[in-house]
Amino acid sequence: MGRKLLLEHLDKPGIETIDGYIQHGGYRSVEKALKKMTPDEVTEEVKKSGLRGRGGAGFPTGMKWSFLDRSTDKPRYLLCNADESEPGTFKDRLLMEKIPHLLIEGMITSSYALGCRTSYIYIRGEYMFILRILEKAIAEAYAKGYLGEKILGTGYSLDLYVHPGAGAYICGEETALIESLEGKRGNPRIKPPFPAVAGLWNCPTIVNNVETITAVVPIINDGGEEYAKIGIGRSTGTKLISASGNINKPGVYEIDLGVPVEEFIYSDEYCGGIKNNLELKACVPGGSSVPILPKHLLLKMSDGNPRLMTYESLSEGSFATGSMLGSGGFIVYDEKQCIVRNTWNFTRFYHHESCGQCSPCREGTGWMERVLHNLEYGHGKMEDIELLWDIQRKIEGNTICPLGDAAAWPVASAIRHFRHEFEYHAKYPHKVFDADHVYQPEMKMETA
Amino acid sequence: MSETQHIEFSPAAMVEISRILKQYPADKQKSAILPVLHIAQQEFGGWLSVDTMDYVARLLHLQPIEVYEVATFYSMYNTKPVGKILIEVCQTGPCMICGAEKIISHIENKLRIKVGETTPDGMFTIKTVECLGACGYAPMFQVGEKFYEHLTEEKVDQILDQLKQEKLQEINN
Repeated sequence: MGRKLLLEHLDKPGIETIDGYIQHGGYRSVEKALKKMTPDEVTEEVKKSGLRGRGGAGFPTGMKWSFLDRSTDKPRYLLCNADESEPGTFKDRLLMEKIPHLLIEGMITSSYALGCRTSYIYIRGEYMFILRILEKAIAEAYAKGYLGEKILGTGYSLDLYVHPGAGAYICGEETALIESLEGKRGNPRIKPPFPAVAGLWNCPTIVNNVETITAVVPIINDGGEEYAKIGIGRSTGTKLISASGNINKPGVYEIDLGVPVEEFIYSDEYCGGIKNNLELKACVPGGSSVPILPKHLLLKMSDGNPRLMTYESLSEGSFATGSMLGSGGFIVYDEKQCIVRNTWNFTRFYHHESCGQCSPCREGTGWMERVLHNLEYGHGKMEDIELLWDIQRKIEGNTICPLGDAAAWPVASAIRHFRHEFEYHAKYPHKVFDADHVYQPEMKMETA
Repeated sequence: MSETQHIEFSPAAMVEISRILKQYPADKQKSAILPVLHIAQQEFGGWLSVDTMDYVARLLHLQPIEVYEVATFYSMYNTKPVGKILIEVCQTGPCMICGAEKIISHIENKLRIKVGETTPDGMFTIKTVECLGACGYAPMFQVGEKFYEHLTEEKVDQILDQLKQEKLQEINN
């Protein structure tokens, strides 16, 4: 354990400059790809690596690349999704802030594979300070001949730009991101056509997350097969996990996919256990959208074996007893946290971020927020729990983009696994009236 | 923040805008709306008046409605005046369970205003925002481009006092 492909040089002095980056082996993948490989060979390595999209969906990257429509004369675009805004996720920020050239290198190598002449990094507007870091690094890369006309004396040319968003979670959805980059509201498009056929300005477009693109660098340097040796089954390579909440050591950790969840939480190498000597209560392992799991389901799979940090293991038992790896936004809750309050908080988030195109999401998220607010502040009724269940069920699967599902899942899983806390809120309004209220052991005993 | 402000980008902003326009194909200049609105907000008092949006529309050869619909969609654009120092406090889950609510009430008590309000001297506005990608360093707020993380009540006092002093100095110069 402890192998690092992306964060190896994180703390090296001067790594943010192009000279420091090259000193530590930077831009080798560009040299190798552009001088010794064809674009298809680069794509082939990415396929062999088994790399899956690190933004949350986990779709195989090489396969996504192979969907790019190469039959037209239109320009093709690679867009890097740096809109990182899934609550609990802050890994892309670290990569871009500390090692900006890793992303730029990945963009050049990937753009070469896809045959793009212009590529964009779409970064959330709140990360304006990182946009400036990236622009400085890009200027350095132009000056050294890694960007611009005839890169490193080869026939390949590429321009790379950074484009800021302006505060909209939905723009992390790839078609909304494209709309936003076109200077419009971030309303997701109906698919098909998929961006790989008709994306930015109606041209073939690939959208990949920051971490996905940076992973292309070690894949090309060491070969896809080497990368695929790390991990378990279809979960290959390393993954950045953003750990937050009630733990001793919050932060970003690069893990080999396959580390046991229990080790990740309690080992000093990672989260370092639960803060203030409290007990672990629950965890949202892949960003706010994925189902919350109570301790016993989080640590063990249904066969009693330890649950692992992989796409497959975290989703084992599907939504009845499992969750998802998602973006790797790992939010940990101690025994004092109120699940109703957390669910209300997340629902307010989705209501705020709903673009408003689809009624189930636009109306449903607001409705759930109001019902949860009432429950949380001591004005709830027992029937509210069934009502919430009904609303979330009618949002899921009935919207253009996955934001609807993302809003429904946290509510469904909270009721599924912590129904007693919702019932307690309805039954004893005076006890939850205080906004500072913490989880009380009797909540469980009442309905056990 | 007077009602009839003179709206014209500074020469430095115009240089930046022409650089930005070159990033997009000649017939796709509409893409520059978001970055240009960020600059406009910075140049014209921290918010976008209708006059400012109309000015941006003329500059980019767009219909005003194309700018309005964008400005009203994205939460970073303020369509109402704000104080000289806008405090954007993250209130989403991971920050909440690490004490964001206490930080928000502390700022409210210190400044004697509620979230969404501006101090009578026009110095501070408090705004709550959704996840800013600092969950591991919670609680936090953003002022301008800067993130202030691992906040405590004492740290908040210190930061706000310092920001106010800096702003007053900037105004006096």
